[in-house]
Amino acid sequence: MANRTYEVMYIIDPDTDLEKVTKLNEAIGKLIEKEGGTIVRFDDGGKRTMAYPIKKKTEGYYMLYEIEGTGQEILELERRMRVNDMIIRYVTVRVDEDRKKAEKMRLKREKRTNQRARFRQSAEESNEMAPEAAA
Amino acid sequence: MAERDSEAPVEREREGGIAGGGEEQFGDKMPRRTYQRRRPRQVIPDYIDWKDVDYLRQFIPERGKIMPRRISGITAKEQRRIATAIKRARSMALLPFVWE
Repeated sequence: MANRTYEVMYIIDPDTDLEKVTKLNEAIGKLIEKEGGTIVRFDDGGKRTMAYPIKKKTEGYYMLYEIEGTGQEILELERRMRVNDMIIRYVTVRVDEDRKKAEKMRLKREKRTNQRARFRQSAEESNEMAPEAAA
Repeated sequence: MAERDSEAPVEREREGGIAGGGEEQFGDKMPRRTYQRRRPRQVIPDYIDWKDVDYLRQFIPERGKIMPRRISGITAKEQRRIATAIKRARSMALLPFVWE
């Protein structure tokens, strides 16, 4: 199966010690690699105010993992996160398809601008590039 | 563009006249929508990051609701992507569901 890219974001209880937070992050990272996924990126968002209180807490540690894998590790990861009391919220988003689509659109647009530029060039029969081509 | 916008309200009025029997209770409460001008079309990036709160905020008026398409003036496709991104951000408390 083709590799998939996921973004896993989770919020850790603001009352936990920093030590425990780093430990938890490491544990999650290890779990991902054990289950066959590769970590593309890890982002420590730090403590930030949430837009609305969750479990009577107004702040939380935001953590983000970008994972490449088959989906098996996500299954396990979500199961673990669900039972962990420190994690008050998590979400997994599959991003590879949207990114691929975005890339496709970008290429399409590039092609079109190139075509236009070429057309203009041949029409004008001059070396001066059209200003729109650069834009 | 301008032509289509000016035509739209006329069509709606006509529709209301025909289907008036079925939607009697809404008939006179419905405010007349006269949006003559749309916002100038803006360029939406190909990939909308749901974590980019500052970008998404421009589609959220004070109340916290998602800006309707008739006001934001973006295409249906783009609106759909923006809406999903906002909803994802909401679930992670990056954006509010409602503002007081």
